[in-house]
Amino acid sequence: MKQPRVISFPHMADYAVPLELLFGRLFPHAEIRPAPPITKETAVLGARHSPDFICEPFKYNMGNFIEGLEAGADTLFQTGTGCRYGYYGELQEQILTDLGYDFQFICLNRDGVRPRQVYNTLRTLGSPLTLPRMAGAFAVAVESIRAKDKLADYVRRHGGGNGLEDIYNKFLQALLIADSVPKIFTLMRAHLKQMQDTSQTQPAPPLRVGIVGDLYTVMEPFSNYDLERKLAKRGVSISRRMSVTFLLFGPPNRRTLRQAEGYLRYPVGANGLDSVAQSVSYAKQGFDGVIHAKAFGCTPELNAVPALMNLSRDCDMPILHLSFDTHLSPAGFETRLEAFLDMIEMRRQQRHADTCKSRDGHRFHLHQRRGTR
Amino acid sequence: MDIGSISTKGVVLDETNHVLADHYLLTQGDPIGATRRLLRELQAQLPAHTHIHAIGTTGSARRLVGAMLGATAIKNEITAHAVGTLSRHPDVRTILEIGGQDSKIILIRGGIVADYAMNTLCAAGTGAFLSAQAGRLGLTVEEMGPVALTSTTPARIAARCTVFAESDLIHKAQGGHRLEDLVAGLVSAVAENYLANVGKGKAITPPIVFQGGVSRNQGVVAAFEHELGCEILTDPAGHLMGAIGAAHLATDSGRLDTPFQFDLAEDAYQTHTNPCTLCPNHCEIVYFYRENICLDHWGNRCNRGGAEGRN
Repeated sequence: MKQPRVISFPHMADYAVPLELLFGRLFPHAEIRPAPPITKETAVLGARHSPDFICEPFKYNMGNFIEGLEAGADTLFQTGTGCRYGYYGELQEQILTDLGYDFQFICLNRDGVRPRQVYNTLRTLGSPLTLPRMAGAFAVAVESIRAKDKLADYVRRHGGGNGLEDIYNKFLQALLIADSVPKIFTLMRAHLKQMQDTSQTQPAPPLRVGIVGDLYTVMEPFSNYDLERKLAKRGVSISRRMSVTFLLFGPPNRRTLRQAEGYLRYPVGANGLDSVAQSVSYAKQGFDGVIHAKAFGCTPELNAVPALMNLSRDCDMPILHLSFDTHLSPAGFETRLEAFLDMIEMRRQQRHADTCKSRDGHRFHLHQRRGTR
Repeated sequence: MDIGSISTKGVVLDETNHVLADHYLLTQGDPIGATRRLLRELQAQLPAHTHIHAIGTTGSARRLVGAMLGATAIKNEITAHAVGTLSRHPDVRTILEIGGQDSKIILIRGGIVADYAMNTLCAAGTGAFLSAQAGRLGLTVEEMGPVALTSTTPARIAARCTVFAESDLIHKAQGGHRLEDLVAGLVSAVAENYLANVGKGKAITPPIVFQGGVSRNQGVVAAFEHELGCEILTDPAGHLMGAIGAAHLATDSGRLDTPFQFDLAEDAYQTHTNPCTLCPNHCEIVYFYRENICLDHWGNRCNRGGAEGRN
């Protein structure tokens, strides 16, 4: 009898939960073993076996794969579409083969994410499911991702305090054994209700900060030095549109281009356009600031930087640009972030003083923010 | 106290914000020792029985020294410099700052920080670069400014990257360029590099105050005036602005429970680095002790590793 297949995949935020759910259903006879949690060791290992100037997520993925293989995996999973991410799988499979590992590689990008091809690949790898049942498994995974993103968004907006994060973690635990769309939905509603009951109304409106940038860096807390948790500690309300839900169901570029009007006329690759359009919308909503986080060497996000600088000037909204690399010292990052938060807090106080003086009620109106009328 | 990578600065302010004592010395890679030497000097300048009611720290060793002295305010350099400069130049609109390792620009509008930028991943064109090149040319850092001003035909030196600037400088030197032209080329390279990177896309409007260690170099000041076409103010206390700002921030954040004792700095301070073993991340946690009592620790990513290793 053949040994059961052991499937592993790299981490990004806590999406291991829905992925584990998905693979458990696709391959009922296989063992699902997500890569061990990302640590400094993962980053070092990944960087050692990656091209020097590749973007940072590649290195983390690489470290995850190697640690997964060392932990006994024989099948690896990679998605990869969009930018350079599309070539991740090809290069990673080659590097791992050269390192002497024996494994099978599932790369969604090779099947062009076309259902029939994906079905064939999964069948070849030994999934016993029929096409409709496979579609059902994907539907459950997508629903769990949506539910997860919805709750995570709530936690971010409300500063993560008051035990919201604990409720969220309990939800993730429960999600692991949910096996149908209605069950997930009920679970999500119940936990959302719990969160709403827990989070009290804050006395003063908190600082509002939008986070934009390349998908991996903004989502994976290890790669952005726990940016969101650091903001939450200062009681900042965070808005971040980027999530897997956004990647799956986000608006088409046509619509996004209209939102970014005046700043970009063409998509600039991957999510560069989204970063600009989202920042425009944050400016219109009167956010106190935007943090643009990208992996060092991310070309699409680098393309977005000049547009973001123009936006920052036109709308008088501070934008903090952060480039993350495995070599960045956390001390430098903390200084920049702390100064940014001090600045937007002072700006808020001054604006508040102006508002009181002139009795200008439209606090969040774009063009009336600065002056006293 | 402003404990920077290269130098450590300290000031003592009274209730009316007058500077009672100030001192500047080199950190020499030992922030605790530098603090101790600095406090001795400050105490010597002060009348006996002066009570210190609040302490603020800034600079890259702000956390360490903050824990050491029980500071009431521990603030980043940007906020501290803005507050310090505003206390002496209330109408300033642009602050240029080049220190030993960092360079930054701070835009002030209506008395508050409206925007800022800092150098990103590398330290090209900062004080550390200038002092290394001064050594190569057989000059001290202090001599560079006056020498640069004597040049009429500065050498063109590519400023984008320290390593490339250095090879450019060597080529020019070996090609027979005169010393003053090389130095003048170097200082304008610093100014150009700063404006092209840190100052990129920022509305630099006068009044402009230039500070940080490099502002002592008249060559760089002249290069900035040439590039920006307006007067650049330098303050004789420019190197103390961070410390002055920290003092103001400390005053605003409340008083120490008991007045500060200067001999506190004479106690035995120790740091102990302990790689946490609770997970494979192996965070390098630094524990900071005074007379074998743990004052503070940092470096851990999660809360679990914190308590372990205390005493």
